[in-house]
Amino acid sequence: MSRQRDAPGPAESAVGDGTADGGSPYAASSPSEVAAMLEAVGVDSVEELFDIPEGVRFDGQFDVEGASEQAVIRRLERTLGANDDLTEFLGRGRYAHYVPSVVDTLSLRSEFITSYTQYQPEVAQGFLQALFEYQSMLVELTGLGVANCSMYDAATALGEAALLAARVRSVDGSRVLVPDYVREERRDVLENYVSGTDLSVVSFPTANGQVDPVALDSTLSEDAVAVYAENPTVEGVVEEHLHRVGELAEEYGALFCLGSDPVALSLLQSPAAVGADVVVGDASVLGVGPAYGTSLGMFACDEAYLRQVPGRLVGCSEDSDGARAYTLTLQTREQHIRKERATSNICTNQAWVALRTAIHAASLGPSGLVGLAERCHRLPERVASEFDEIPGVSAPVHDGFHFREFAARVERDASALAADLRADGFAVHVRDEDEIQVCVTDANEHRTDDLVRSVAEAMA
Amino acid sequence: MTDRYEQAVWDDGESDGYEPLLTEKSLARAETDNSDLPDRLTRDALEFPAPSEPELVRHYTRLSQMNYGVDSGPFPLGSCTMKYNPKFTEDVAAMSEAAVHPDRSPATVQGTLTVYHELGEYLAQIGGMDAVSLQPPAGAAGEFAGILVARAYHEHNGDGDSRDEVIVPASAHGTNFASAAMAGYEVVELPAADDGRVDLDALRAATGDSTAALMLTNPNTLGLFERDIEAVADIVHDAGGLLYYDGANLNALLGRARPGDMGFDVMHFNVHKTFATPHGGGGPGAGPIGVSETLAPFLPTPQVRAVDGEYELREPEHSIGKVHGAMGNWLVLLKAHAYISRLGDAGLRDTSAKAVLNANYLAEQIDLEIPFGPFHHEFVASAGETDAAEFAKRMLDYGVHPPTTKWPEIVDEALMTEPTEAESRASLDSLAAAFAAASEAGDSTAPERTAAGRIDQTSAARNPRLSWHDLDP
Repeated sequence: MSRQRDAPGPAESAVGDGTADGGSPYAASSPSEVAAMLEAVGVDSVEELFDIPEGVRFDGQFDVEGASEQAVIRRLERTLGANDDLTEFLGRGRYAHYVPSVVDTLSLRSEFITSYTQYQPEVAQGFLQALFEYQSMLVELTGLGVANCSMYDAATALGEAALLAARVRSVDGSRVLVPDYVREERRDVLENYVSGTDLSVVSFPTANGQVDPVALDSTLSEDAVAVYAENPTVEGVVEEHLHRVGELAEEYGALFCLGSDPVALSLLQSPAAVGADVVVGDASVLGVGPAYGTSLGMFACDEAYLRQVPGRLVGCSEDSDGARAYTLTLQTREQHIRKERATSNICTNQAWVALRTAIHAASLGPSGLVGLAERCHRLPERVASEFDEIPGVSAPVHDGFHFREFAARVERDASALAADLRADGFAVHVRDEDEIQVCVTDANEHRTDDLVRSVAEAMA
Repeated sequence: MTDRYEQAVWDDGESDGYEPLLTEKSLARAETDNSDLPDRLTRDALEFPAPSEPELVRHYTRLSQMNYGVDSGPFPLGSCTMKYNPKFTEDVAAMSEAAVHPDRSPATVQGTLTVYHELGEYLAQIGGMDAVSLQPPAGAAGEFAGILVARAYHEHNGDGDSRDEVIVPASAHGTNFASAAMAGYEVVELPAADDGRVDLDALRAATGDSTAALMLTNPNTLGLFERDIEAVADIVHDAGGLLYYDGANLNALLGRARPGDMGFDVMHFNVHKTFATPHGGGGPGAGPIGVSETLAPFLPTPQVRAVDGEYELREPEHSIGKVHGAMGNWLVLLKAHAYISRLGDAGLRDTSAKAVLNANYLAEQIDLEIPFGPFHHEFVASAGETDAAEFAKRMLDYGVHPPTTKWPEIVDEALMTEPTEAESRASLDSLAAAFAAASEAGDSTAPERTAAGRIDQTSAARNPRLSWHDLDP
């Protein structure tokens, strides 16, 4: 198999750190202990313990040469260093916000990060309480009665929401309606999630970057199990007709599923207030940033669907001393008990990202969250108007209010413009031949003047 | 083993619980009046905790002290492979170059794509597979993706409709059943033979024109190697079905046997188990899938390919599409790459050797019946007359995490025990002492040395209180 571009030199390739036999530095027993243990077991060598038929034994090599910790770090630094150093003005569903140092310090505490699903709650009160608090934060942000303690990402959470809708809808339905602005990747995951059912995913047309209630009305019928919309949309538009979407969904007996994130929810209309039944989205915006897609699927829903919720739920109970204590609950919904009749196959989830998100949200507090969200509204509005001043650029493409990002039309090939911006050290989205999309948050705000200047030069 | 173990517990004496909730420490309300958005598009206010940074740090530090992880002590939770998580991998994941946005154009993230490509090759080698997708974000997501690949293959061959069954052994992980059902399959449960392995006659009877796949864990959940794996593969393949490998127990086989060589067509890896990435209190993990050459065209999109020294993203010819919104749990994958690079061939082989030796040594030290063997990295003991859940609660008082309990059901009052390679002999001895102490105890009120006492599960489910909003003021 091929090796790294920078193969380690001889001095780097030795495993080195404490293993005379080239074995794993993370396997605890010394050679003399191994000898004693073999004797206790009653065999001469470890090989005797493997009950593997000859025909399927492997005695080849993977051709991976072990290396010291330092050498591995150095090599990965070199490898990842090949990434271009760009200031990202990228969003479209994944957002960067400054993550304060307390989040790393606390979430990396060994007792948290090296623990697992809380099957023994008496020794796992810390993580259980942290997840209970995370669920509570989502309940506050969404106004819905129940939030689970994580899905993988926004796309898989949407898939689960569609499956929940199919289970709870009283009349048999067969369609999930999604607005035509939904990201292709998100829709693709949704289609895979419903592919084991009779459901089909159907787009409804939008107008000016947001849901057009008239168009939705004419697409809706009794066979819809769910209607999905996003606020803000993937194009950064603040939806203005969510209340009407909620009414329409109710009229046709479909569940209203809203996609959002914790920062946006701190300021924008409460999902419960507009009639949303389920809220999904990427809650990692506060926990890890874009991280090449490492995420946290938010999932909250109306209490009426409690028994149909996918994934883990932390509940409050009492211990033998009568003190308030926490435990995983309603586990009969889950795969390890209910097998093929479970509400979902999910087991390992994104709990640690939920912990990070809760720590960050708490560190911001209500005024910090609302303030951050207000900034996420003002910034794209300001930068869009500065773009609009540039000859050959009109922004924003969509009338209306924006959150974090906006689309801009350019009188030039958008890919060529993006390439010029890349040469100046900036990454933006190319939407199509003559549109780009730009995301501005607290994370890249300090570079917006440079970006505007760079766009102006590239358009000149 | 110690009789003096106590887990830390904090109690402010004010609230009903131990460490108070954030909201009990400080609760504030922020209005949204200052927003430039019209009122009709904003919420009225937000009510949220507002701790100072020192208060926040103390809160989560105290919570962490009321939590047990691998770094606290032995954690032989069977099937979960709670091995030691090397600390340097966190430094690798924290590199600023690792934090790029998933929508970056491939030409600008060649470093990231190099790691993807290399890890894919490492895993293909380790699993004996021809192609790998790193996209599934957890083991169960890998199962779902792998079964979708199998389904797409059958559909491509024109018998997608007729092959509507997936066979799963009774003792398989619950996720196998659930993943197959999510993909729309009828699940056919296969009873085990008397020796705890696949019953070939039962398999022959269950297999036929409607078989899409057999999902199998090897070593199985009893720790037993499926000795007849070649015959199993023949039976399934002769019927036109595919063989799926659940990688949960791959730690036992590292460098000694490969699913691809056993005849498996598609598999998933649990990198948070086998490749030592931290379990994070429940996740994130990662569940890459490996497939044979025949199935490679059906893998999720995109795949990272090397073309003239440059890495690019491509859609496989008959791709099932996507199973995650981006490229999966990248930070976890990066840590796994670092772990494999650190250990190399010799370290990986040593891992399986010591994992299997530790399980056998521990089994030798405990005085409980272990009905099935020879086992590898884990064994399933029976708590006998004692309720296994009760047995586990007693063990908690000795500073160890108990085994997985009451599963697989083929063993009465099962204690599924997987010590991993990380435990030293002394640590295994203390674990054995905890088993002995739990065996001797009569009716107990255990645990008594943990942060919380025994927790009432029934009332938690009967009267669900799932947020601080549900608690009495």
